[in-house]
Amino acid sequence: MAELAQIVEKLKTKFSGAMEDVREFRGEFTVRVKPDALVEICAFLRSDPDCVFDFLSDVSGVDYYPEEPRLGVNYHLTSTKFRQQLRLGVRVSLADPRVPTVTSVWPAANWFERETYDLFGVTFVGHPDLRRILLPEDFQGHPLRRDQPLVQEEVQFTHNFDEIDRTKPYAKS
Amino acid sequence: MGIEQKLGNMGVVTTRLEQAVNWARTNAMWPMLFGLACCAIEMMSAQASHFDMSRFGMELMRASPRQSDLMIVAGRVSRKMAPVLRRLYDQMPDPKWVIAMGDCAACGGVFNNYAIVQGVDEIVPVDVYVAGCPPRPEALIDGIIMLQDKVKKEKLAQWA
Repeated sequence: MAELAQIVEKLKTKFSGAMEDVREFRGEFTVRVKPDALVEICAFLRSDPDCVFDFLSDVSGVDYYPEEPRLGVNYHLTSTKFRQQLRLGVRVSLADPRVPTVTSVWPAANWFERETYDLFGVTFVGHPDLRRILLPEDFQGHPLRRDQPLVQEEVQFTHNFDEIDRTKPYAKS
Repeated sequence: MGIEQKLGNMGVVTTRLEQAVNWARTNAMWPMLFGLACCAIEMMSAQASHFDMSRFGMELMRASPRQSDLMIVAGRVSRKMAPVLRRLYDQMPDPKWVIAMGDCAACGGVFNNYAIVQGVDEIVPVDVYVAGCPPRPEALIDGIIMLQDKVKKEKLAQWA
């Protein structure tokens, strides 16, 4: 079984209780599942002889503000055997941004999940080493969330130069 | 201005200590080999044969901060890189100077966001800012000559 539609159909029948949304666009499928069933579904997709999604291409975070639940995590799966690609998605609320880790299924998820944690603040439950990966360790906040300020500092122009110059933290020699 | 005029040509030139030291510092300024982004390409180009910074006595890029006088911050400095930059600056022996090359190093440039330091003068004291995105090699050489003029005007009293 190599057709993506069939794989999705199999997923739907097997995990009917965990499906939240299945979308198809130009032959590509995006399956939204419940976070509780994520690891089980991932393990199935990886090990089932009809799916064999053996390669985790990417894990990415999304902030769907103002929709609820706000935060999303997308898993881009690739089957090198059948040359198919599938997207899995979960959505969690900002108040409780917890998603189970899939590092047990694909070890490659380790750094991807750290990146998503770093930039979006999604907590991956069971992750072996959940630290910031890109930003400095003492960084405050998660910068790719929509409620983060877009700019770092007010831009210095001629008209407000002195005003900003007074507050700018210049270095001592 | 004195002794050689009275005693005739002895093959001796007199000058002030200040001028002699400043002259020595100016014409053998060793920049640190430290490129951060696309400005580094222009910095390399300024050293290469087409523009040839060695005409002004500053061709010798040192890979070690212990041997360099001049830090050319060529490119945007991320917040994660900032402590490294400061440490390199602290490791340089006195006297030392800093050129902020390009808009990003001078003020953050187009990267007004969480990741980039908004002007490297928040990390190290900057002597000369070179504008441009990236600056042409001529602009960098002009900045360095400007720094040389600044060094030539330094006073003995300020050394300590």
